Amino acid sequence: MTTTENRPEIGQSRVRKEDARLITGRTRYTDSITPTGCLHIAVVRSPLSHATILSIDTEAAKQAPGVHGVYTLADLGGEEIGMPCAWPITPDQKAPQRPMLAKDTVHFAGEGVAVVVARTLAEARDAAELVEIDYDPLDPVLDMEAALAEGATLVHPDLGTNESATWVFDSGEAGTGGSVTEAIAAAEADPDQVVVKRRFRQQRLIPAFMEPRSCVVDPTGEQIVVWSATQVPHILRTMTTVTLGVPESKLRVIAPDVGGGFGGKIGVLPEEMLTVVLAQKLRKPVKWTETRSECMLTAHHGRDQIQDITITARKDGTITGLDVKLLADMGAYLGLVGPGVPVLGAFMFNAIYKVPAYRFATTNVFTTKTLTDAYRGAGRPEATFGIERIIDELAVELGREPLELREQNWIKHEEFPYTTVCGLTYDSGDYEQATARAKELFDYDALRREQAERRERGDKVQLGIGISTFTEMCGLAPSRVLGSLAYGAGGWEAASIRMLATGKVEVITGASAHGQGHETAFSQIVADKLGVPFEDVEVLHGDTASSPKGLDTYGSRSLVVGGIAITMAADKVIDKAKKIAAHLLEADEGDIEFSGGQFTVRGTGQGKAIQEIAFAAFMAHDYPEGMEPNLDSDAVYDPENFSFPHGTHLAAMEVDTETGRVNLRHYVCVDDIGNVVNPLIAEGQVHGGLAQGIAQALFEEANYDDQGTLVNGTFVDYTLPSAADLPSFTTEIVSTPATSNPLGVKGVGEAGTIASTPAIVNGVLDAVRHLGVADIEMPTTSQRVWRALQEAKGRSTQETPIDTHSPGAGLGSIDPNNPQGEV
Amino acid sequence: MAEVRVTVDGVNYADEVEPRTLLVQYLRERLGKTGTVVGCDTSNCGACTVHLNGQSVKSCSVLAVQADGGEVLTIEGLARDGELHPVQKAFNECHGLQCGYCTPGMIMAAVDLLGDNPDPDEHEVREGIEGNLCRCTGYQNIVRSVQRAAQLMKPGASAPTEQPAPVAGD
Amino acid sequence: MIPAKFDYVKPSSVEDAVRALADGGDDAKILAGGQSLLPVLRLRLAAPSVVIDLGGIPELRRIREDGDRIAIGAMAPHHDVLRDELVTQHVELLSKATATVADPQVRHRGTLGGALAHADPAGDLGAVALALDAEFVIAGASGTRTVSAAEFFQDYFTTAIGEGEILTEVRFPKYTGWRTHYEKFNRTAQAWSMVAVAVALKVDGGSIAEARVGLTNMGTTPIRASGVEAALVGQQATADAAQAAAEHATEGTAAPSDADAAADYREHLARVLTGRAVLAAAG
Repeated sequence: MTTTENRPEIGQSRVRKEDARLITGRTRYTDSITPTGCLHIAVVRSPLSHATILSIDTEAAKQAPGVHGVYTLADLGGEEIGMPCAWPITPDQKAPQRPMLAKDTVHFAGEGVAVVVARTLAEARDAAELVEIDYDPLDPVLDMEAALAEGATLVHPDLGTNESATWVFDSGEAGTGGSVTEAIAAAEADPDQVVVKRRFRQQRLIPAFMEPRSCVVDPTGEQIVVWSATQVPHILRTMTTVTLGVPESKLRVIAPDVGGGFGGKIGVLPEEMLTVVLAQKLRKPVKWTETRSECMLTAHHGRDQIQDITITARKDGTITGLDVKLLADMGAYLGLVGPGVPVLGAFMFNAIYKVPAYRFATTNVFTTKTLTDAYRGAGRPEATFGIERIIDELAVELGREPLELREQNWIKHEEFPYTTVCGLTYDSGDYEQATARAKELFDYDALRREQAERRERGDKVQLGIGISTFTEMCGLAPSRVLGSLAYGAGGWEAASIRMLATGKVEVITGASAHGQGHETAFSQIVADKLGVPFEDVEVLHGDTASSPKGLDTYGSRSLVVGGIAITMAADKVIDKAKKIAAHLLEADEGDIEFSGGQFTVRGTGQGKAIQEIAFAAFMAHDYPEGMEPNLDSDAVYDPENFSFPHGTHLAAMEVDTETGRVNLRHYVCVDDIGNVVNPLIAEGQVHGGLAQGIAQALFEEANYDDQGTLVNGTFVDYTLPSAADLPSFTTEIVSTPATSNPLGVKGVGEAGTIASTPAIVNGVLDAVRHLGVADIEMPTTSQRVWRALQEAKGRSTQETPIDTHSPGAGLGSIDPNNPQGEV
Repeated sequence: MAEVRVTVDGVNYADEVEPRTLLVQYLRERLGKTGTVVGCDTSNCGACTVHLNGQSVKSCSVLAVQADGGEVLTIEGLARDGELHPVQKAFNECHGLQCGYCTPGMIMAAVDLLGDNPDPDEHEVREGIEGNLCRCTGYQNIVRSVQRAAQLMKPGASAPTEQPAPVAGD
Repeated sequence: MIPAKFDYVKPSSVEDAVRALADGGDDAKILAGGQSLLPVLRLRLAAPSVVIDLGGIPELRRIREDGDRIAIGAMAPHHDVLRDELVTQHVELLSKATATVADPQVRHRGTLGGALAHADPAGDLGAVALALDAEFVIAGASGTRTVSAAEFFQDYFTTAIGEGEILTEVRFPKYTGWRTHYEKFNRTAQAWSMVAVAVALKVDGGSIAEARVGLTNMGTTPIRASGVEAALVGQQATADAAQAAAEHATEGTAAPSDADAAADYREHLARVLTGRAVLAAAG
């Protein structure tokens, strides 16, 4: 039997294996799993952002039909239990304990205060309305600068401050570059240099994965089985042990089909821990599934930074220094990796540019808002936005063409590998190639001409061209680097390959997919490595019983770390098989060649297929002395470096100067993601990433009122784009293979999100800058654009209330926070 | 309690339900039709879209009792005799899904759209699925999928499929 | 989320429905298409004791020609209104505005009568009904009465439908041959109108003989832009005339302020969009 394929699987646009169940409804999302006898949880949540709990009366709720119990934190004896934060960015980082349910104070609107367990979810929710809680309101803490001021109300008085930590990188001190303080002083004193300072705001976003979070715990077997809609089943297992003390060996965590995450499902949740505790206590399966409204309010948010950026340059355009000061809103508590999110951006503000002196400082601040943590890109979109926006500002200041100014400063393709001012070594890249292709696809020069004509004519609709030439560090990550940043885990990934007796192959990965297409892409890699048919490879993941070791999926790491672990495991399988093949073929191992699934004796026609070797190992009738009858192999891969995808993104933005409406007319991106395993999947990742980054620029923002209430916490008013709000994108991939891993691959999952936001905003500003507009905060809604245009004309306009509900689909003018009138 | 008699994916059911039971709850919790999922509580996301008497509806915004006497088609009943519906095939071929959570609703909305308009242009597809949110795909490949399905569904069409996914388990 | 418990009644005639409403008392709620009511119930912003489903009264779905009017049953779904040839031919503006309501699934379930009775000022159909002088047929214990659109919309979520009464039909005069446009401005396709303008023009030999203009979300009710109408009559349908007339768009409005649009921006939009809508209608 032969399995030789004529063309390699890697590089083919295979349609996805996992689709068969997803397009037929044969799926297993967590909420679809209901063990017999399963009880249901409803969490009673605080409507106030900051308040002392005076009393909790659960009596009426306990009497309601179907109710098995109503519990406060004290009732559960959970006062000492705190949710984990795995990233102490400084040794003296202030980290409040985050309880499963509020102890005596609530610190953000939506925090759980009590929990009802009932036979049905409907009964649990009915009873939840009967729980009576008296609060004594405290002042909310909402503004980061005010929170740091002397005399500010403290979110956690016992910490003595609202500052969690300040983390600094200074290239002068690190010896990786000059001192930016000196660079700025020199620039200020030098008439041949310019100093450009800007403040940018990264608004607060809600990840808004489509599947609300859910957790089912079945304690009825020897192991407690936890199903969770999580990106991180392995981390959840370990952290459940760390948090609750349940022995790790007594826990099996399963992430079944998971409906998107984007970083939003990276946390270890109070509700997950509650579900485990209640299942143990009641000795019955227990399920928690949140509503969308709960999800918007309590699942961690993303971004939320104030960026003060100073860039200095010579008048010829050469950048001489970059200084970045961030305030990063942590919300009420620290998330699992929340404090490290701005730190992940620290190494990316310098981006693709040769910056001689650089300083970065982030101050992480507590407020009485929902906590923030990783959201697609985690730190790097914020950094890319900051640098790509300020480069445009520098271009304006210098009167330079913004793309030319970028090229003047970026690392040239012949300069790779290049060690940056942060000390990272970019292994490969070709910014010239990606940019040239993007300009061609975009018809850059023609659009510039059209822009000039529209300006000349004074058209109502003006055209702007937005640019973002980005890179990012992804593929988290070298464990030693993470260790140097005090991250609470390694960055390796594990894989196993099992050769079954009948020739099929099981691939076990510690990466945990939630839409990325691992089953397909990893099958392609293994099919090529082992020379077996694509269809014969089965990828197992997301269950700690079958995939016991792993660090899961985030930071664009699945392929560049998990995929490499798989190739290493496959190499070990081949090594073992080669020995058995040599034995069976009565040849010297050194004479055995392996290609296309066939072991052959060099120079002869003799050979055996890998499946035959697998069967021989299974039968074990005849195998070499001193060897186990087994081809199965494990590998753990710890990368030596990040991967550095890059690309050039161009956006043609139309702005209706009468109404302020912004229209994305055309979007072109050319991304260099190294070698591509599956172009179809890679393109899909780019599309989805673009949509999220564009949505930050145009549509999305979590708004809080002056009492700390999230005012747009439903899909009614947190305006996610639908198909009708986005165009088709022109995407293309170019490849300079990564030299840091054997497949030559780079991450792709976050690239579109990281790159697109500044391209859009730069484009909007480019359309109206000649009318006197210098900045517009995100999202660049029609109202904000219109107001900016009015101000540029010297006309004063009204304050916009952010604390009032706005009309939206489904509920119209009804404000869910403040229903009034006849509904 | 109220009585509901309904045909779902070709099977007749007669049940007593609380009047407040949503159609989607009835499908999932009583009938085990978990292929239809819930994504929001304000009827925005469309993940729960099924057909009621031949029209796409959001099953979170219909009471089970309102479906009394009606016929419901869910994603689980779309493939016939192990043969995928052309829209299902097209979503697979064109990579019109990633995490798959919006997919049942998206496919049911697309089937309805193509029933009304067998040859929609891109704009019409985008407007036609505006009641369904997707967070993974950026919609581009969903739009391609719907247009591809339109080709596959043309009378006498024999457009070759690339690699149709087997309906394992059917 | 699951609604709080309620009793459910599905009458098969208007008389039975009126009786059920009387029996249900203050706490009864009419269920039409349910596309606004069900989300409200699911979020538990309302918890009626009885829900009276009008879905069992087939006559309420009928769309018919009634002399010089088109009479649309209150329970006619938006989708049926969109497909109806009588509506397309004689009340084209309603057709165009209905096409912008929500999304296809919601238009399959949501009804004309439900939307109008809900009286959300951000809803698209109120401005059309007002501009076109629709009549509302309301049934109660003592029979039916008819009110004009001007009387019907009273306040935020408040109409002339009294306690114990049900909206059964909406009658539109025929506007056969009128040129129409519905100009909707929203933040995203799913969002309700930030501001919208409904325009119907009778154009005679290039000049505007009659005009009907309604505004969405410029007050607590739909607003009739009478000043714009008056300014248009007798004018040629030119950009200058449209612009001049549009300057009257904010007369009598009380634009709300919210995160999407403070009042001054809404007023500005009303003027710009009115000008555009008039030009688009005039073609």
